[in-house]
Amino acid sequence: MGATAEATRQLVRMRGRSYVAFVFAPEIPIVGWLEEIDATLARSPGFFVGKPVVLDLAALDLSRAAITHLLNNLEERSIRVLGIEGVEPEKLTSSMPPLLTGGRSCVITRTETRTEPAEKPESKPKPNSLLLDSPVRSGQSIVFTDGDVTVLGSVGSGAEIVAGGSIHIYGTLRGRAMAGVNGNASARIYCQKIEAELLAIDGYYQTAEEIDVSLRNRPAQAWLQGDTMKITPLN
Amino acid sequence: MAKVLVVTSGKGGVGKTTSTAALGAALAQSGASVVVIDFDVGLRNLDLVMGAERRVVFDLINVVHGVAKLQQALIRDKRLENLWLLPASQTRDKDALTDEGVGRIIAELRTKFDWILCDSPAGIERGAMLAMRYADEAVIVTNPEVSSVRDSDRIIGMLDSKTVKAERGERVAKHVLITRYDPARAARGEMLSIDDILEILATPLLGIIPESQDVLRASNVGCPVTLNNVTSAPARAYVDAARRLMGETVDMTVPAERRGLMNRLLGRRAA
Repeated sequence: MGATAEATRQLVRMRGRSYVAFVFAPEIPIVGWLEEIDATLARSPGFFVGKPVVLDLAALDLSRAAITHLLNNLEERSIRVLGIEGVEPEKLTSSMPPLLTGGRSCVITRTETRTEPAEKPESKPKPNSLLLDSPVRSGQSIVFTDGDVTVLGSVGSGAEIVAGGSIHIYGTLRGRAMAGVNGNASARIYCQKIEAELLAIDGYYQTAEEIDVSLRNRPAQAWLQGDTMKITPLN
Repeated sequence: MAKVLVVTSGKGGVGKTTSTAALGAALAQSGASVVVIDFDVGLRNLDLVMGAERRVVFDLINVVHGVAKLQQALIRDKRLENLWLLPASQTRDKDALTDEGVGRIIAELRTKFDWILCDSPAGIERGAMLAMRYADEAVIVTNPEVSSVRDSDRIIGMLDSKTVKAERGERVAKHVLITRYDPARAARGEMLSIDDILEILATPLLGIIPESQDVLRASNVGCPVTLNNVTSAPARAYVDAARRLMGETVDMTVPAERRGLMNRLLGRRAA
């Protein structure tokens, strides 16, 4: 009997605890400030995903409608607002995030910022490809780490192609081709005529001297088998 | 409609200055008004090849800096009245050239001449960049050897990216001029063949200038080879190249060249 009495009298316990959150302090004009956010998102699309965000409106004098508008704009950008500070309580409606007080600034620890690059690949679209429809000349360096590079033409001696994915050359490869630079060991290099100065896949490379003479001037492909580079004719 | 043509190569000693003088004289002989500009500030040679070295008063740098007027710096050729030279300064260096100044001079020359030939210095530095900067067309002078061809490839890449035309999204018309070509040595495999060069550079051929003592002889007397000995093999080759620049269709021939090779060359040009 004593036990049941105790259960009914149990209270919901409340504790105070402070957490680290990102504080957004919008500036006038709000449109310009939102463009800044958009620019950040364009550079790293997943930047704010899963981040606790607090809006600091102390520097502004916004009406309730303006706050609603701002919150909607942030929501469109998939930024969830945890709370608002620096505003009179009567300006907030019940559907808005709660008013926060007692915030103290702190340094955001490195471990938190380090997690950001790991989030990027998830939110990026599928690796696409880069198409070059003119010859790549000596001295030019084409770096495309997001996927395949296709060249309609030759790659000159002293030119280099760096690709995150495979490299396709519809012409003579006389320069350097580096495929799978992001650690993609399944990337390959294809060319219609091989006279390459250097071939590399995922960091494993072969120089012109090591490439079999019998392959020269023939269509060829290169790929990795374990940690050896295989170069075989395509016909 | 004035045309600005840069004669360039990347590598030194391949015949840019000789070709500028020879093409300039050949174009002028056809009746067009022509100015040749020496961009090799500090190492000027075009005045010697043109035989005007003793008449230089003002130069390109003076005009760039506004010290002299363009009319004061232009030197008229003694043999052809519609051929002019704008010499380089020998006492300054390429840093004395400014993009704005060169642009202003080229714009002014465009109103006065049919052809503006810019003799580029070797290398890929400021002088060479400014020589090609305002070009509508480019002649890439190449010797039949690998180092020259690779440097030409590099220059072609720059013509496609660093010129005003390229930045506007247009294309500089490019032509390869092969100089110092020796058919006998090429046949023995001691030189790159024409086909090899054109395959590497993927650019249309303007002409093939045979290796000849006449070129050196003409330079020594300060006369463009196309004026010095009109019937010599290099002079005829340059005249043909100049006619191709003017849009004429001229058979691609090299003195002492076999016919089989010629046919292949023709096929390539049409493609």
